[in-house]
Amino acid sequence: MKMTGAELITRLLERQGINKIIGIPGSSNLPLYSALAESAISYVLARHEQGAGFIAQGIARSTGRPAVCFTTSGPGATNAITAIADAKLDSVPIIVITGQVATGMMGTDAFQEVDTYGLTIPITKHNFLVRTPDELLKIIPEAFTLAMSGRPGPVVIDIPRDVQTSMVEFDMYPAPGEKNNGTHPDMDRLERIAQKINSSRKPILYIGGGIISSDTCAGLYALSKRNSIPVTSSLMGLGAFPSDNPLFSGMLGMHGARYTNYILDEADLLVALGVRFDDRATGKAMEFAPNASVIHIDIDQAEIDKIRETDLNLIGDLRHSIKELVHLVEENRREDWMGYIASMKKEFPYPEPQSDSLFHPVNLLRAIHSRADKKSIVTTDVGQHQMWTAQYYPFNHPRTLLTSGGLGTMGFGLPTAIGAAIANPDRRIICISGDGSFLMNIQELATLKDLEPDLTVFIMNNNSLGLVRQQQELFFGKKYVSSLFGSNPDFAGIAEKFGIRGINLELENDPMRAIERSLGETGPCVVNVPVSLDDNVFPMVPPGSANREMIG
Amino acid sequence: MNTIVIELLVNNHPGVMSHITGLIMRRACNIEGILCGTVGDGNTSRIYLLMKDDWRIPRIVRQLKNLYDVIEVVPRDDCDTAVFDRIPELIGTGVISPV
Repeated sequence: MKMTGAELITRLLERQGINKIIGIPGSSNLPLYSALAESAISYVLARHEQGAGFIAQGIARSTGRPAVCFTTSGPGATNAITAIADAKLDSVPIIVITGQVATGMMGTDAFQEVDTYGLTIPITKHNFLVRTPDELLKIIPEAFTLAMSGRPGPVVIDIPRDVQTSMVEFDMYPAPGEKNNGTHPDMDRLERIAQKINSSRKPILYIGGGIISSDTCAGLYALSKRNSIPVTSSLMGLGAFPSDNPLFSGMLGMHGARYTNYILDEADLLVALGVRFDDRATGKAMEFAPNASVIHIDIDQAEIDKIRETDLNLIGDLRHSIKELVHLVEENRREDWMGYIASMKKEFPYPEPQSDSLFHPVNLLRAIHSRADKKSIVTTDVGQHQMWTAQYYPFNHPRTLLTSGGLGTMGFGLPTAIGAAIANPDRRIICISGDGSFLMNIQELATLKDLEPDLTVFIMNNNSLGLVRQQQELFFGKKYVSSLFGSNPDFAGIAEKFGIRGINLELENDPMRAIERSLGETGPCVVNVPVSLDDNVFPMVPPGSANREMIG
Repeated sequence: MNTIVIELLVNNHPGVMSHITGLIMRRACNIEGILCGTVGDGNTSRIYLLMKDDWRIPRIVRQLKNLYDVIEVVPRDDCDTAVFDRIPELIGTGVISPV
């Protein structure tokens, strides 16, 4: 067979099952876009490469399968960097194919040249610079294998323009890249882990995104239920375990419930599954679960003993190890421990809002939840609204909360919601945002209009960078430097000008009915909800403190 | 100074050294010496990194193992590190005078 590098790339992507490419064309990737014209793959034109990266993330996060985005060289690549770094920290499999100036021009400061390879080393799982078109035969499938296997993550493939245009001859297509995870857990270790669980009196599970990415939710449920081990979750693990189950013991950490952090102080065994002991989850690491021995199971060997020395650990795919572990632990009802958990839940729940106004963030979230289809997928931006969502919106299924946990990227919500909508056309997508975050990728309203999915955005609008303002109030002597906006646009009006339905909730006679309509009618809708500047997210662990030292 | 040598077997192509030194640099560690050369047919290289031995080394070794082009990593405290002091002598005395 004989074809150009660009044609080969599209053929290889088709063979990987890719049917949509998100991106923006430019000089250095035009050959690639030209090849798309002859391909079964359709494209989504984003309005900024960061948006393109997050749209790809929305597809990947909501399905677990790798998604692909295209950018041109130079600013195209640098614009995508935030979305790539975000995918690295939350272990999201995206493949970013960046155009590069022709190999002969590289290193000459050519127009729109930037060292994409060098820039993306620390923010990718791995990156490639393709030097000749025949290398594509190996690199493209390999990139997919890498993005999916082990701990998932982003892969960048930088492809110079001349590699896209020159001809390549080959006999047969390579096999598509596949997920490659070991399947046989070390049974000796698993038995020791089971013994440790069986002999503990107050075990607790600390779960995270690894449960979801390894598709271990059913195994986790069986394990927790069989031995009565309460489940605490990091932000990334929400949805992996049904939130209304008595065994569910909440989100831990900086904005976790009091009862959750107290229970962790009491536990004698911490079983950490698919987590990385992030500082927002553990608080001061030395004082995290201070009375507990630690068992850690993770697929990434570099996470073991990174923050907390383990007593026992197992490196490998959670799905296989938990499946075995379930049979090794004894049935146990742990009535004392479960009684303690129930009483702590009752005594130290999340604070109830002081008002019953629908314009209080907590009431608003409950209203949205009550009116939303239960299969809806929720994305958030970053800030107070994100933490309230994590605290008060019940997530009962994996991949129904898509949020920027590790990097904490404002501007994440809208494009990620668009990606989730592309991958889940039969489901309502709800983006919960704030006025600060929403402005950071507001240009993607144009992409939203192009596609017109069933997507509802709620902007909790307090005219400020709320979580910054909160920290200034609590820890910086109420010096509100640069956190209050001098002006703010009319978000509902802006949406209308993009051709999207806009609702200003305070102008509605029946705001509850308006919420219902926004979630029920087909097509996209942006709802602006003014909220008070004074509502803070509580409890809050001061940065650097132990989790038991909660304010509020 | 307590030193340790990290021995690596890596794929030999452009960018590999950058991945390795970048990973170490990002963890605020200094590399005191580097020796590197190809092995056999030139598809792989062996790298010896001379580092200060502290609590970060085991973590760095685990993270190096995760790099795509790193085939093997072994921290070694059984090495004669004198060779790192004799590089100018072995290669030909340096032409740049120390400042």
